[in-house]
Amino acid sequence: MAARTLYDKLWDAHLVQQRADGSALIYIDRHIVHEVTSPQAFEGLRLAGRKPWRVDSVLATPDHNVPTTVKERASGVSGIEDPVSQIQVKTLDDNCDEFGIVEYKINDRRQGIVHVVGPESGACLPGMTIVCGDSHTATNGALGALAHGIGTSEVEHVLATQCLVAKKMKNMLVEVNGELGVGITPKDVVLAIIGKIGTAGGTGYAIEFAGDVFRAMSMEGRMTVCNMAIEAGARAGMVAVDDITLDYVKGRIYAPTEAQWAQAEAAWRDLTSDAGAHFDEVVTLNGAEIMPQVSWGTSPEMVVGVADVVPTPEAEVDAVKREGMERALEYMGLSAGQAIQDIKLDRVFIGSCTNSRIEDMRAAAQVVKGRKKADSVKQAMVVPGSGLVKAQAEAEGLDKIFVEAGFEWREPGCSMCLAMNADKLGAGEHCASTSNRNFEGRQGYGGRTHLVSPAMAAAAGIAGHFVDVREFVGQE
Amino acid sequence: MKSFSKITGIAAPMDRANVDTDMIIPKQFLKSIKRTGFGKNLFDELRYLDEGKPDQECTGRPLNAEFPLNHARYQNASVLLARKNFGCGSSREHAPWALDDYGFRCVIAPSFADIFYNNCFKNGLLPLVLTDDEVEVLFQQMYAAPGYELTVDLPSQQVVTPGGDVFHFEVDEFRKHCLINGLDDIGLTLEQADAIKAYEAERRQSAPWLFDAVKN
Repeated sequence: MAARTLYDKLWDAHLVQQRADGSALIYIDRHIVHEVTSPQAFEGLRLAGRKPWRVDSVLATPDHNVPTTVKERASGVSGIEDPVSQIQVKTLDDNCDEFGIVEYKINDRRQGIVHVVGPESGACLPGMTIVCGDSHTATNGALGALAHGIGTSEVEHVLATQCLVAKKMKNMLVEVNGELGVGITPKDVVLAIIGKIGTAGGTGYAIEFAGDVFRAMSMEGRMTVCNMAIEAGARAGMVAVDDITLDYVKGRIYAPTEAQWAQAEAAWRDLTSDAGAHFDEVVTLNGAEIMPQVSWGTSPEMVVGVADVVPTPEAEVDAVKREGMERALEYMGLSAGQAIQDIKLDRVFIGSCTNSRIEDMRAAAQVVKGRKKADSVKQAMVVPGSGLVKAQAEAEGLDKIFVEAGFEWREPGCSMCLAMNADKLGAGEHCASTSNRNFEGRQGYGGRTHLVSPAMAAAAGIAGHFVDVREFVGQE
Repeated sequence: MKSFSKITGIAAPMDRANVDTDMIIPKQFLKSIKRTGFGKNLFDELRYLDEGKPDQECTGRPLNAEFPLNHARYQNASVLLARKNFGCGSSREHAPWALDDYGFRCVIAPSFADIFYNNCFKNGLLPLVLTDDEVEVLFQQMYAAPGYELTVDLPSQQVVTPGGDVFHFEVDEFRKHCLINGLDDIGLTLEQADAIKAYEAERRQSAPWLFDAVKN
């Protein structure tokens, strides 16, 4: 057989039927469901009198709408103050009960952001096809899986048929070699990649992240990188399986049991691109050159190093791009040539499916330990990605470090990443955010988002403006 | 699903690149558990001068006079002219629902984000790709002529301008077939139930751990 990429292998293994026009029926192993993109799909099933094809392949949890304060969470669904949010979370409960789907409900200690819960529980495994009605499903590609977001009609389609109608994507290799500098995180790596290839650079591709930097990266770091594949336009991002993957998976609730482990491991060991496999596009970055990244605009590709200045639109030759830059500067209230480190912050958000895992919590806590939030920062919020991450962080005493520094320690959920719950930016406010999108209004009407790593967000919360966390940590 | 064959309608501009689905329909409106009623909040943050609330009556809200969809010449538009990477970001199908509910049947752009592109076909909305230059021609003609209408003919894969310019576009055969006939994807897939079951039976043997039940 010809040399195949990791994506080729995952595609081939899930091909139910190839059609003459290039489309295909692809089998889906795992389907994760949340409250926002599923109600219309369940309603569709009901109207057509259909049942889920394989109900025990589905795992549900509410995340987008759930409040993150202890007070509002105390009485569960009925305690959600926003009546529209409450109905949506209640509807997920009702649908899961009706169709017999396992759901980690709002105050279940396993509840959390879908893309944190999936890998953490072992529901998402190497070699699987994984879908969810959320574009950040690519997170699971870190396991060596084919994972991507789908729309609500497709949620219904997968529930009813266990399959998707899909067309094979092209293969892109993003290779980052060399060694990352001290203090450079996976978030900086993926922002640098998006800055290089642009938000449409990966459109039509499945991206495999390869090279020294990813081989040395933890699973949680790989999840941060794959999570943002969609911000480069690619529905799916993935990393080949190695010992780090297997060590991560072993022992998780839904991981294969002892009896099946050897068979599974043997299959998973093959989840790498063959030598000589063909990629339609190859992008390379030098890991040693990546600096701490800060986004300045309203698209994730509008990103620079922390030591840089806000770019000048006049220097851009592409007219459409130039207009986009001008509009972004106006929206963000920034001027060309302004130093990134002069941007003052009103709020700090540490959380989201990109950066809310235990390593992210530790990285942020390490920066704030023994320090205090700047008075000029109105609010600094830390939102763990799941109840299990929260429990782990508390067992390590991280919550106390945050609270002593003046940061708020919240209940798990998507929170201010997309501001569907009560956590949002006010108009004109600048936020150092560990989330994934800096679109206009994303974190609140008129809000101004700067995407950064957890360590950079934490440091900005202490200083009141952006600082190079590598210099900051050394200061006392 | 609503079928799509041939339409003629007023074209309206969304003249910026990288229009994301948060911009098409902001998150607060995603709390609805219905598929309909999103049209009044299409491009909410650009269209109105105040912050929109879910379930709010929109007549009487202050309009942004600079936003094209608020201009008299673009009322009742059914073709949206857009720039590259339209529909990027979130996978929310509420974006095509909002465009459809507003009255758009077709979006023409030089490129679309993958998930949005896919979602359109599930809702009788045609995302149509022309080259940068062709899209630019349409924008210029539209700006020059109030009441500018385009004809979009899916069976012959053509866009026809009032002046008689004809632009050809590509579309997958299967998607075209489903759209023209308004076919339900799920029904078609279920006709292949035997093939799905045969695949499952083989996989249960070769990779049994994939079939372990998610249990509470």
